[in-house]
Amino acid sequence: MAQFMLSVWHDELFVPDFDSEDFHRIGPKVDAWNERAIADGIFVFAGGLQAPSSATVVRASASGELSMTDGPFAETKEMLGGFWVIDVPDFDTALAWAKTATVACEQPIEVRPFHVGG
Amino acid sequence: MADDLAAVFRCEAGRCTATLIRVLGDVELAEEAVADAFAIAAAQWPVRGVPPNPGGWITTTARNRAIDRLRREASRQDRHVAAHHLRDTEPMDDSDFLQRDLDGLVEVVADDQLRLMFLCCHPALHPDAQVALTLRLLGGLETPEIARAFLVPEATLAQRLVRAKRKLRDNHAGYRIPTADELPDRLPLLLAVISLIFTEGHTATSGDALVRADLCTEAIRLGRVVVELLPDEPEAIGLLALMLLTEARRAARHDSGGAMVSLAEQDRTVWDRAMIAEGHGFVRSCIRRGLPGPYQLQAAIAAVHAAAPTAAATDWAQIVQLYDHLHALRPDAVVALNRAVAVAEADGPEVGLAQLAPLAVVLDGYQPFHAAHADLLARAGHRDRAAVAYERAIALTANSVEAAFLRRRAAGLSGGSPAATR
Repeated sequence: MAQFMLSVWHDELFVPDFDSEDFHRIGPKVDAWNERAIADGIFVFAGGLQAPSSATVVRASASGELSMTDGPFAETKEMLGGFWVIDVPDFDTALAWAKTATVACEQPIEVRPFHVGG
Repeated sequence: MADDLAAVFRCEAGRCTATLIRVLGDVELAEEAVADAFAIAAAQWPVRGVPPNPGGWITTTARNRAIDRLRREASRQDRHVAAHHLRDTEPMDDSDFLQRDLDGLVEVVADDQLRLMFLCCHPALHPDAQVALTLRLLGGLETPEIARAFLVPEATLAQRLVRAKRKLRDNHAGYRIPTADELPDRLPLLLAVISLIFTEGHTATSGDALVRADLCTEAIRLGRVVVELLPDEPEAIGLLALMLLTEARRAARHDSGGAMVSLAEQDRTVWDRAMIAEGHGFVRSCIRRGLPGPYQLQAAIAAVHAAAPTAAATDWAQIVQLYDHLHALRPDAVVALNRAVAVAEADGPEVGLAQLAPLAVVLDGYQPFHAAHADLLARAGHRDRAAVAYERAIALTANSVEAAFLRRRAAGLSGGSPAATR
């Protein structure tokens, strides 16, 4: 078995809003996906993130000086909105789950394998 | 002897690599082992002679070298772990991996080549990487050869191959033939890669002519493996038939000076009759299944051309009908262009020109459109407009053989009958 992260990418302006029409449509589909993944025994962990504007970046300079900046790490058009971690036998299985996930959450999904033993 | 070795390498390298990937569970390890085995062959065969079963000898030697390597590098944990990323249907047990008797596994299994084809044509890889990986692992082509064939810098191609292999390994890509329900998604990609390899070999662009002919041979070989192992896939049969019927004309496509010869002007006596007969057989066997697809229809069109004893005897009405089917399945402008050319042959150049007109905008940057347009204009007697269209076609042609062909045709406009330019 191998672990993969299925990350969900949103437009930079996306703000999670649980009262929105979008959420009422998407929420039950994602819940159903989670139930299937749990029933199949491939579900490891999942989470949705707050808006990118809530992010803080902490870093250490080469000399070891610590600093903190407001806002997300990268100024890009797409932002990480949430993710699943699944444990499946192989790549094709991970891709098959990603296909159903992108349909459920209506956003593109990036599939990335985790290091083994790392 | 060098020739013997090269010949064995050409036909066995892909097969041995495919089997060793299954046995060893790792692409790079398998590649290195096969390269080692051929290096040993290069040293031993001139002295001891070629063994009776060269492919078996290479596979067994490669396996032994791989075991040596694994023993030597057992401390390199990453390698050991990597060996388990590519999983067979039966995952190997860590504890007895090195001790395991691999003899049974080394038997050549025809499925291995198909597994490797599906791995190389994995949908998560970039199409360019799919082609390069297929040629490297299944065709046994060296990186510089592939780079030359595709006019890509060697370093770029080498990096593309490394990235593709790493991606498959890091993602635990399975080494298996897709299941029946996965096949409709996966087979078209595989056929597209084979078709692209063939087309690249067939197109007379610059570069190494020998490598290009090899590409066609390799594409046909891969096409045969697919048909042998997936005999119920009519599109796979269609592609093989299309390639055979096209390859059969190879000797007639260029004159003794290397200049391109159009289908109409080709010396049909040098067409490869055996290949045509085989192609016709495959066309009949796939069409009979009643599940027409783009490759089958293109093969059927090639079959009609091949059946005509002279260009004038071509059954253009049937070709137009086949293009109608093809256009219904794949309604794109290029198919419409080819159909219009066939219509011109059946019903005259003016009718063909009327059908080309609506394609002018969308195909403005497409050289074959202007070449066909020029040809039909010339035949309809519009010489000035034909000259302009030839200029446009020549400007869009990157390859010198084809440009020379178009210049000859454009030059033919000033004298003689329009038919002389055909």
